[in-house]
Amino acid sequence: MAYVAVTGGQKAIEESIKLLKYYRTDGDNDLEIEAIKDKMKLLVDRVISEAGLYAPTYAALALKQCEGSLEEAVFILRAYRSTLTRNHYSKTLNSVKMRIVRRISAAFKEIPGGQVLGPTYDYVHRLLDFGILDEGKKENKKWRSDYEKYQEGHEVYTFQKVSDILKDEGLLEEVEEDSSDAFDITLNKLPLPAPRSARLQTMTRADTGYVSGLAYSSLRGFGSVHPTVGELRTGWLEVEVPYVLEEGQDIYVGEILVTEVESFVSASRKTKKEHDEIKVGIGYGCVFGRNETKAISISILDRALRTQGDAPVNDEEFVLLHGDCLEMNGFLSHLKLPHYVTFQSRLDQLRKKKEGL
Amino acid sequence: MADNNKNPHYNFAFLDEGSKREIRRSILKAVAIPGYQVPFGSRELPIGRGWGTGGLQITLSIIGKADVLKVIDQGSDDSVNAVSIRKLAVATTGIETTAYTNEATVIQSRHRIPEEKLRNDQIMVLQVPNPEPLRYVTPKEAVSRKLHAEAEYSGIWLRLYEGIVKYGHTVTGADHPVSVSGRYVMNPSPIPRFDNPKLHNSDCLYLFGAGREKKIYAVPPHTDVVSLAYDDYPFSIENVKGRVCKLCGATGVFFDEIFDSDTNEHFFQCSDSGFCEKRRREVN
Repeated sequence: MAYVAVTGGQKAIEESIKLLKYYRTDGDNDLEIEAIKDKMKLLVDRVISEAGLYAPTYAALALKQCEGSLEEAVFILRAYRSTLTRNHYSKTLNSVKMRIVRRISAAFKEIPGGQVLGPTYDYVHRLLDFGILDEGKKENKKWRSDYEKYQEGHEVYTFQKVSDILKDEGLLEEVEEDSSDAFDITLNKLPLPAPRSARLQTMTRADTGYVSGLAYSSLRGFGSVHPTVGELRTGWLEVEVPYVLEEGQDIYVGEILVTEVESFVSASRKTKKEHDEIKVGIGYGCVFGRNETKAISISILDRALRTQGDAPVNDEEFVLLHGDCLEMNGFLSHLKLPHYVTFQSRLDQLRKKKEGL
Repeated sequence: MADNNKNPHYNFAFLDEGSKREIRRSILKAVAIPGYQVPFGSRELPIGRGWGTGGLQITLSIIGKADVLKVIDQGSDDSVNAVSIRKLAVATTGIETTAYTNEATVIQSRHRIPEEKLRNDQIMVLQVPNPEPLRYVTPKEAVSRKLHAEAEYSGIWLRLYEGIVKYGHTVTGADHPVSVSGRYVMNPSPIPRFDNPKLHNSDCLYLFGAGREKKIYAVPPHTDVVSLAYDDYPFSIENVKGRVCKLCGATGVFFDEIFDSDTNEHFFQCSDSGFCEKRRREVN
């Protein structure tokens, strides 16, 4: 039997883990996983988006496991994801078939099908609501059942894309059809330059704060992309995978809630004529769950990355390699690990200098 | 779920079999091209990304039930991160571990190579924070890859030269760049310069894993590994002359420098804790 020394370090770690549990289980009220999933929807959405794993219940469990730390929850879910075998790639989802929850356009006052505001914090005053302090379960239940009755029979919305209006008029930038398989960033190192599918995947898994900050820098002036939100839509998409035993047959595996943004920017193109042609170009962003700022930010960065320039947002390696929640937090936190060997090596050089060797 | 006597919720060695196979393929490529950084689809692990996930992915991919694992950090088996990595490996494989270098078949390490000479039936896995020796020359991956392809390493030589001009001697600390098999320049991971010579013409296989940067590279046994230096400013290891381990009396090894706050004493002890402990056991 091989011998392993049990010494101070191991014991100290075990004590630290015990203390952590003591912190996590603090208080008299327990928090149910279902309650986190239902009542902290936007937090759960951020976790599944940054983890790149559509698993709201596991996200809720992860949040409970780490006292609600976003970065820890993303970390736990990502690590869990590594244990799962990749069995299928879904068929391409078409967002025209999206069962709409919310859909707006800032580019047109009226759009075919109309603006559907849906649930959003955009139009509420951010006043601390002291009423919630003592709201009752019963009262909420009644309100919800009344609301459901009132909503009964409302149609299910699906809409054409707003950009189709421009397409029909010939104002949309022409883009070559690309039906190549999407690059899978979870199974391969990101190639540089990266194909657009890899860029969009990288950004949709990136930290929300990071992509928002970068997109903001572009809006303020470090970059030139200042778009109009052509269409923002949130809703449910059905996911299908090909049935292996019969070609052309697909199997429905469930549905996912996503937010998708098409931003309009002006796109100029050289022509043979005297003047360049100007058309409407699109920046695209899509994220799991309801996270509109992130989807808009990705659409800005998608466009900025295809624009020549010296701004940080025009630099592919800068944008794509520094926003992963696990990578940034992991490397920053590794600074807490002991570094006494490397520091000793550095000291040796400093002493050499002092001694004039 | 594959056979795993410790944890029924997870596969043997945590990662799914497909991922492990893929990582092994990258390792084989790395062995075939010594010093070349092979990009791979780095997986997330339940330990911090930047805390040794590259090394751990290699370890988990190559380890079998008959293996005996040693994990060290800064030379110590008892360092917090070594304990954490060892615990995860044991929890997901149930394999045996050891603190003694000669008993181990796989050794995962951060920042050190053990003092005892490694054999050809042992694999040394090193954790790598920054795999790219050209990162100081250019922050861009697309550029550094091209420089490697063209064996254009003047930027690294220039950096060594600038140190000499500015300070009168080379100023690299740990992670001093090496030339492997006369072709690729490689970061040996932040091992002290003291450990660099151990890479040259070794009996064991060295594997390097950078999880966050998604690269795997290797130094196969009996490969030429030369620490970069100018003829008139030769490569030198850290000064260990006159130092003696307070615990086991060893000399000529790499030392930790200890300041005892109670006695105000300043002394040295072996950085390789397994080596030190073995010596003390032998004496007793």
